[in-house]
Amino acid sequence: MSEMTISTPRVGVITFPGSLDDGDALRAIEIMGGEGVALWHADHDLRGVDAVVLPGGFSYGDYLRCGAIAGHAPILDEVRAFADRGGPVLGICNGFQILCEAGLLPGALIRNASLRFICRDVFLRVESSQTPVTGELVPGEVIEIPIKHGEGQYVATSEQLRAIEDEGLVVFRYADRTGEVGEGSNPNGSLDAIAGVRNEAGNVVGLMPHPEHAVDPDVGPTGGQPLFAALLASALAGARA
Amino acid sequence: MTETEEPLHRRLGLADDEFERIRETLGRDPRPAELAMYGAMWSEHCSYKSSKIHLKTLPTEGTAVLVGPGQDAGAVDVGDGMAAVFKMESHSHPSAIEPYQGAATGVGGIVRDIVSMGARPVALLDPLMFGPLTEPRNRWLLEGVVAGIGGYGNCIGVPTVGGEIRFAEPHSANPTVDVMCVGLARAEELVTATSLTPHVGSLMVLYGATTGRDGIGGVSVLASATLDETSEESRPSVQIGDPFAEKLLIEASLELISLGLLEGLQDLGGAGITCAVSESAARAGMGAAIDLDAVRLREEGMEAFEILTSESQERMLAIVHPSKLDEVGGVCERWGLQIAVIAELVEGGGLTVTHGSQIVAEVPATSLVDEGPEYDRPREAPVEVAGVADDPTFLPFEGDLLDSLRAVLGAPNVASKRWVWQQYDSLVQGQTIAGAGSDAAVVRLPGTMKALALSTDGKGRFGALDPRLGAMHAVAEAARNVAVTGARPLAITNCLNFGNPERPVVMWQFAESIRGMRDACLALDTPVTGGNVSFYNESGDSAIWPTPVIGMVGILDDHRLRVPTAFPAAGLSVFLLGETFPELGGSEFAEVVLGVVAGRPPSLDLDKERALHTMLIEAAAQDLLASAHDCSDGGIAIALVEAAIGGAHGFAVTIGSDLPAHVALFSESASRVVVGVAPERERALVELAGALGVPAARLGETGGPRVVFDGMFETTVAELREIHDTAIPRLLGEAV
Repeated sequence: MSEMTISTPRVGVITFPGSLDDGDALRAIEIMGGEGVALWHADHDLRGVDAVVLPGGFSYGDYLRCGAIAGHAPILDEVRAFADRGGPVLGICNGFQILCEAGLLPGALIRNASLRFICRDVFLRVESSQTPVTGELVPGEVIEIPIKHGEGQYVATSEQLRAIEDEGLVVFRYADRTGEVGEGSNPNGSLDAIAGVRNEAGNVVGLMPHPEHAVDPDVGPTGGQPLFAALLASALAGARA
Repeated sequence: MTETEEPLHRRLGLADDEFERIRETLGRDPRPAELAMYGAMWSEHCSYKSSKIHLKTLPTEGTAVLVGPGQDAGAVDVGDGMAAVFKMESHSHPSAIEPYQGAATGVGGIVRDIVSMGARPVALLDPLMFGPLTEPRNRWLLEGVVAGIGGYGNCIGVPTVGGEIRFAEPHSANPTVDVMCVGLARAEELVTATSLTPHVGSLMVLYGATTGRDGIGGVSVLASATLDETSEESRPSVQIGDPFAEKLLIEASLELISLGLLEGLQDLGGAGITCAVSESAARAGMGAAIDLDAVRLREEGMEAFEILTSESQERMLAIVHPSKLDEVGGVCERWGLQIAVIAELVEGGGLTVTHGSQIVAEVPATSLVDEGPEYDRPREAPVEVAGVADDPTFLPFEGDLLDSLRAVLGAPNVASKRWVWQQYDSLVQGQTIAGAGSDAAVVRLPGTMKALALSTDGKGRFGALDPRLGAMHAVAEAARNVAVTGARPLAITNCLNFGNPERPVVMWQFAESIRGMRDACLALDTPVTGGNVSFYNESGDSAIWPTPVIGMVGILDDHRLRVPTAFPAAGLSVFLLGETFPELGGSEFAEVVLGVVAGRPPSLDLDKERALHTMLIEAAAQDLLASAHDCSDGGIAIALVEAAIGGAHGFAVTIGSDLPAHVALFSESASRVVVGVAPERERALVELAGALGVPAARLGETGGPRVVFDGMFETTVAELREIHDTAIPRLLGEAV
C-alpha cells in the first residue's frame, strides 16, 4: 500500500434493507474528513475498511424484535471477526439494537416507557473515554445529540447490569445540560439512564442517540463531532498498526 | 343474487345514468369485472367528476412550473437543473374508521406518487383536523392518526417536517387527514407522460407487495360516499400498510429510473391495477393485454374484480422493454422484491383482461381514464351564512386582557403541538434546517446553498363564514409563511376538503373556494400544480367546514440567510409590518374568549399581501431581519408571545392604536408580520418598507425574562411557555 492512501481513514457503513440513516452516517464521516465506504448486508466483505458503522433505521422492517434478523445477516460474520481483531465498531440506534442482538454488546432495547416514538435533542454525559468514539472526551463532559426512536429503553438482567456498571461499560448516560442524571432527563426509561455501552475490550460501542445527525451546524447541534473525530482517529491508528 | 338486492352497478357506486353510459360505450351489457373497473375509475375519488369543471378555472402555468396538473404530482424548477416534485392528498375516510392504518397508508400513497415521477421523497407534511379533545373519541383519533403517520413515515427514511393540527367541532364525525410529500429529481430525469416512450410489445411489470383482498372498494365505497353508522363495517376497505416494503420500493424504483431501464412508471393507489394499467395504456396511446393469472396473490380464490380493484399497498407498475426485463428483475431481486409481468402493450386502445384463460373484460382504456362522467352540479348560496351578521368586533368587552391571552395561548389551535411532532422523525436525510414549529419548514437541497421552504395552511373557520375569502386567506397565509423565512413562494398543491357535493350548498362552497383560490394564486403568482379533492366529509346533517388546504413550495437561494421565527437575541427592535384593522370576525379570540364563530373574516388586499412578501424576501436577502413571524391565529399578541417563547427572550412593547385594546391585540387582520431587527439595521428596514409601501411600526424591543404590553399587562415568558407547552398533553390526560 502506498504511503499516500493511508492518511484518510476508511469507515464502512452497512446498509441493511430498511436502513435509513446510512446516507447520513456516510455524510457525517465525509464532513469530518474520513472516507465513507458503503457496505451491503448480503456481502461477506468489509472492503478493507478501518472502522465499521451500523446505522439507524428499521432493518428488515424490525417486525420481529428490533435488530433480530440483521443480527444474522451475512455481513455480521465479518463484523464479528473484525471486532474480534480489535477493529472499531459503532452501532447507532438500530445499529446498537443489532449489536445487542448479535451478542456483541450486553443488554437489550425495548419500547420506550412512554410507548411512543420520540424525536428530540437530548444531553448525554460521557462516562468513559476508553472507546473508539470517546477518546477526545473526558468523563463528566456533556454533549448534545438528537434521539429518534420508538424502542430505545435500555434493559439488562440485574447481574448483567451490575457487571456493566462494575466494569465501567457504560459510555453515555442521559442527563440534563449540567450533566445531572435524573428521571426528568431520561427520555425513554432506560435502566440507570444508559444511552450507550461498550464491550469489555472497549472497541465495540453502541448508543441510541444519533451522532451522525449532530455534526452539521446548519441542521442541528454539533455534539456528534467529537465522536466521529475520535472514530476517525482510532480508524487511522488501526490502519497504521 | 336475490331479487330484492340492489343491482350490481349501484352496489359499486355507479348511478343508473352512468350504467347506461357504459352500455353505450361497450354496445352491450357490461360484464361484472368491467362494471367493477368503471365503478372504481368513475368514482368521485378517481374521476373528479363533480369538481373538474371548477378545477379547470385555476391558474396552472408559470415560469417555474415544469409539470402541472394531470400527472401523479406537480413539479417546479428550483434551479441547478433540479426539480421539486410535490403533491397533497387526503386519507380522511379511512382514518375516521381505522386511524392508525388510514393515516399510515395515506403517507405510503403520497410517497409513491412522488417516486413514480422519478423523484426521491425528501419531506412530508401533515395537515390534520380533529374535533375537540374533550371528546374521548377525538383523542383516540388524534393518537391513532399521529401514531400511524409516525409508524409509517419514520420507517421509510423521509423526514416529517411540518403540517398543522387544528380542532373544530365539525371534524368530530369527520377528521381531516391530509398529507403532502415533496421530492427532488434532476429536471431532465422527471418521469412524465411525455418524457418516456413506451413501445408496442413492451411489458407491464408489477413489483413490490402481493395483491390481496384489502382495500377493495376503497375509492368507490369509502372515499366517495358519506360516512354513516354502518361505516364501521367498511373497515375491510381500509388498506394495511407495510412501510418496510415501501422503503424497498422507493430504493428499487429510483435505481430502475437512474439506470434508464424503464419506459414508464406508475404507482398503484386508488383503483389498484385497473387504474395503473388503464392510465399507463391511455397515456401511451395504446391498449394492453392483461393476464390476471400472472398477478402474485396473497390468497387463493380471488375473483377477477377483486384482483382488478384491490388496493393492496406498496405496489408499482413499470413499463419495460422486453430486452430490459432481466436487468429490471435483477434490481428488484437485490432489494428483495418480486416482479410479475402482468400485461403487454398492444396496438389500438383496448384493454383485454383474461383470468383463468377466460376473457373477463374488454374495454377501451380511454373510456375508463378520460371519458368518465363530468357534472356541473347545482349550486345554491345560502340565504344567509349563520353568524356572519353577528360580528363580534364591536361588542363591548369587559374581560381581563392577560386572562384572555392565557386562554388563547392555551387553546388547542394555538398551543404547542410538540406532543405531536416529537413522534415524527424530522431529521433523517440530514437536511432539515427548520422543522415543525417554524412558520415554514426549511429543507436544504443537498450539496447546495439552496433550501426549500414548505408550508401547509387551511382556514376552516374563515371558510365557514365566507368560503371565497377563506380560500384566499389560505393561499395568502401559506405564501406568507414561506416568505417570512426569506424564501420566494413558487407554486401550490392543494387538498380540497368538503362535504357532500350532491348538496347545492356544498357545491356553492366549493365553487366559491375555487374562485378565491384562483384570485389569490393569480395575484401572488403561485400557480396550482395539482392536488386532490376530498368530498363527502359529512355525516347526517353535519358537514365539515369548507376547508381547502394549501401546500406551498418556495425557494431560498442561500439558506444561511434564512430568517428564524423566534426572537434569537435580546436588544432587538420589534416591528410590526402591515396594519391592524378592527377584525375579530372568525378569530381565535372570538371562539375561545367570546365563545362564537361569527362575523366577517378579515379582509384581504392581495396587492398589499404581495408587497409584504416582496419586502420580506428583499429584507432577508439584505440580512436585515433577525426574526420574522406571521400574525395569524390570536393576532399580534400571540405572534409576539410565540416569538418570545421560541427564542426564550422576553420583550416590552407598546401597542399604540385607536382600537380597543382587545381588538388591537387579537384582531386577525391579514398581511401582517412581527419582525425582530438589530438596531443598526432599523433604518435600512424602515427605508425598504417605505420604498415598497409596507407600513412598518416600531413596537418596542426584546430582552429579559418578562413579557410587557405597556399600559395593558405584563407577565413572564416562563408562565406563558408553561401554558403553551402543556395545554395539549393536559387535554390528552397526561401528567405534565
